[in-house]
Formats: sequence, structure tokens, C-alpha cells
Amino acid sequence: MRRYVVLVAYEPGSWESASEATRQEYFAAHHAFEEYVDAHGRRISSAPLAGADTATTLRHVGGTVSVTDGPFVESAEQVGGYYDLELPDLDTAIAAGALLPASYAVEIRPVVTIAPAGPV
Amino acid sequence: MTEPAEIVLETVVREEWGRLTSLLLAQYRRLDLVEDALADAVAAALRRWPADGAPDRPAAWLLTAARRRVIDRLRAESMAQRKAPLLVTDAEHRQEGQAAMADPGGLVEDDLLRLVLMCTHPALAPESASALALRLVLGVSTHDIARLFLVSEPTAAARITRAKKKIVAAGIPFAVPAADVVPLRLESVAQTAYLAFTAGYTPGSGPDLVRADLAGEAIRLVRVVVGLCPDAPAPVALLALTLLQHSRRDARVGDDGRLVLLADQDRRRWRRDEIDQALALLDSPVLAGPLSPLAASYVVQARIAAEHATAATPGRTRWDRIVEHYDLLLTLFPSPSARLARAVAVAEASGPEAGLAALAAVEIPGSHRVAAVRAELLSRRGDTLGASAAYEEAIAACRNDTERAHLVERLAELTGADPA
Repeated sequence: MRRYVVLVAYEPGSWESASEATRQEYFAAHHAFEEYVDAHGRRISSAPLAGADTATTLRHVGGTVSVTDGPFVESAEQVGGYYDLELPDLDTAIAAGALLPASYAVEIRPVVTIAPAGPV
Repeated sequence: MTEPAEIVLETVVREEWGRLTSLLLAQYRRLDLVEDALADAVAAALRRWPADGAPDRPAAWLLTAARRRVIDRLRAESMAQRKAPLLVTDAEHRQEGQAAMADPGGLVEDDLLRLVLMCTHPALAPESASALALRLVLGVSTHDIARLFLVSEPTAAARITRAKKKIVAAGIPFAVPAADVVPLRLESVAQTAYLAFTAGYTPGSGPDLVRADLAGEAIRLVRVVVGLCPDAPAPVALLALTLLQHSRRDARVGDDGRLVLLADQDRRRWRRDEIDQALALLDSPVLAGPLSPLAASYVVQARIAAEHATAATPGRTRWDRIVEHYDLLLTLFPSPSARLARAVAVAEASGPEAGLAALAAVEIPGSHRVAAVRAELLSRRGDTLGASAAYEEAIAACRNDTERAHLVERLAELTGADPA
């Protein structure tokens, strides 16, 4: 088996502005995707990512690590994979991310925690 | 004779805002509540102090009032069963925060450093970090931040809000990082402060040439950092640089509101005390050792400013030394504007012909400055036709009213026409 990561991209705000019916279609599509994956392999982890305005990008420039705000969408680089990590804060995540190969651009994105629906 | 309550309040807000913010953050970890609570406390003080008299310990009064506001909000939220995301701190910090409440001292300074490092974190967009640091560390109003950066007040407010949201969502900690990371982070602090400082001197498209009072706030931020970390080279070098540049603020604009060039400035209006302080900083042992490129570039720029500051008259400026400084600066950070400034220095040191040669390959898209310098040098060489064309080019590209007026006047002098 090989492991694959799927990153989802959509227009900012489209979820917020979607009607309830459209949201049900989204849920149904995600559900169908997950059923297909479950039938043919297994899901290791998945989560919605917070918006690109919460991203931090690292690059090795001239022997030091440069840290900047935002994603690396304007470059030719494509997201190639993800590590799902639990770390105390962004500084720790930056220190960890800086250890990855220097040819990588590493995007650190906070994961949205969805509270379980309480008793109705 | 006691001071009027309004003056006491203004002083305590100016001097203690950052410490109060950092104490409240250490205790409550709620970035979204703390600033509003403190602003409310100041508003309450403004109502009550003039009537009741200023309290003996004004900072403690504000802290207590702000704590009550935070607690009220937290109670209201817990009634509504809401949970807001908290700033990342650790238990130890929170205990320190509690201890500092009782006995302000060194621990408070640690919290203030945490606040400065959080606001200027490199993961924040520079203009947001700059606005946030001015707001949270110095208590500068959103109105003044907007004026400084030449943006609308809603835009300035949005930058601050965006930065706060990212801090909480991305988990930027309210903490002092590992020792090996601190020097780099202090460079981010310096860059953030310098961005705010240069915003005050960057001519925009309007008539407001110098927002010098607000540039002074950026220097105050640098002073806070130098106070917290006196052995860090980048902030010390930046303090020297900004003091030297700022020392000329009164002479930069004439009584008619127009730009006065360095050579024409009344040097008696330069702030000698600030120049002396900057020169002392440049001689300090902190800057004697090996420096990072950023710190070294601040030192070199400060030495250029110091050459001007110490020349008794424009004619006695050591332009040869200034050219050498620019040569060094270009090896550290090559930039078109540094090459332009070097060409000006070369022209002063070796004549317009050499200056034009140094200027030949300099291009700054969208800026009128290269054309303006070329016009001046062509004019000095006696090429009236070429100079007129270059002035026309510069005037067409210039977006600042005051600077354009100056260029129009120069062109009129050259062609003998009436500037009106």
C-alpha cells in the first residue's frame, strides 16, 4: 500500500456563504469520498485546515531559515504531503519544520478542532 | 503641587500600557479581551480621576479596573456557555503573571519582552506586526496608526485584528523562545520597529510630508527593546540610526510646509541631544563585535547619518567617507535606493560627471527619485536641455505634493520660467 494525502482547495468564503442545501451536498460528497477510501484502503487522519491567512512559510535562504507570513501559493511549489503533529506552539512547530530538507518550503497550518456535538 | 489628573493619566498610559497589557495577557491569555478591557479602564479613569483626583498608584488602579472588565466579560461568556481560544502560554508563565501582579519587578519586564516578541513574530505580516506592536506595546491609537501608515482607520484596525487572530489560531506563543533563537527574533523586532519608523518619513500621495511625532513612537518601541535587551546589537544600532534620522525632523520642512533638502537645512534646528546620544550608541561595546548583516547595515546607515550630523556646514561633509559607507552597505544589502544614494555621494565627492556614471544603471520603477537626481546632476554639468527633460520626467512620476512642488520650482529656476 502507498499512502496518499489529499489537500482540498476551494474559494475562500464559499462555505460560509453556502446555503444549507449546498452544505448537505458537500457533506454527501465528502461522505461518498470517505466510503470509497474505506472500501479500498484506510483513512489514517484527516481534518479541515484553517484558512491560508493563518499559514506560515519557511525557506532556507543563504544558510539561514527565513520565516514569512502566508502560504506559498504564488510560487511554482505544490503541496506534497503533510505531517499530522501535536506540538505546544508555533515556535516549536517552526523549529521542527526547519529540520526538514532545505529544498522544501514548509507550510505550517493550524488545524481546526471541531467540538463533538453535545447531547441534544 | 500635584499634577492634573489628565496629565497623570496620559503619562501612565504612555509609559505603562505595554506592561499592563502583558500582565493582563499573562494572567488571562485572552488577546481578544485585554486591549478592550484596558481601553475601558482608561476611559473610566478619564471620567473619574479629574473629579476624585488621580490615585497614588495610577498603573495599579488601571490594572485593577481592567481586570474587573476582563472578569465581567469572562463571567458573561461562561453564562452563555461559550469558549474562546486562548493564547498559548504555559502554567509557569501564568503563575509568574500572578506573582507579578502582587510585586511588579523583573517578572513584569519578562512579560513585556514576551509581548514584544509575540507582536513582532516573523510569522505575522510585517505591516500587521508593526501596527500590533504600536497598539499593544505602546498604546498608540488605531487612528494614529492609520495616519502613520497612510491607510484608512478601518484598514489599520483590520490589520491589528488579523494579526491577533493569527496569533491565537496559529499558536504564536506569549513566551521568550529558546536562547539560540532570541537574537534572530530581536532582529524581527528591529525590522518591525524600523518599518514603523520609515512609514513616518515615507512621503505618500498627500500633503503630509513628515509624520514625525508618530515616527517618534517607533523610536519609543526601539527604546523599550534596548531597555529589555541592552546587549542585542540590532536594536542598539537601530536606535542610533533612527535617532540620527529623527534629529533632523524640525529642519526637514520649512515654515511654508515645503521640503527642505539636507544641504539647505538649518543645522541649528537639529536635535543635538539626540545626535550625541546616537554617536555614543555607535561607540558602545555592543556594536564592537562581529555583527549580523542586518545589525551591520543599521550601523553603516547610522554612520552615514552621523557624517552629516557632525559636519559643521554642508560644504564640510566628508563625502569620500560616505561613498565608502555606501560601498559597504551595498555589499551587505544591495538595493536600488542605496545605489541611488551612493551616486549622489559620488557626485558630491567627485563631481557631476562621476555621479552620472554611478547613476547610469540605477532604476527604481515607479519612483521619481532617479530622474530627479539625474536632472540635478545634468543641471550642474550645464546640460539645461537634458536637465529639463529629466525634471519633467520626475515631476510626472512624483506622487507627493510637497516634493513635486520642489521639483517644479527647480525646473522653473532652470528654464527661467515663472513656477506659477
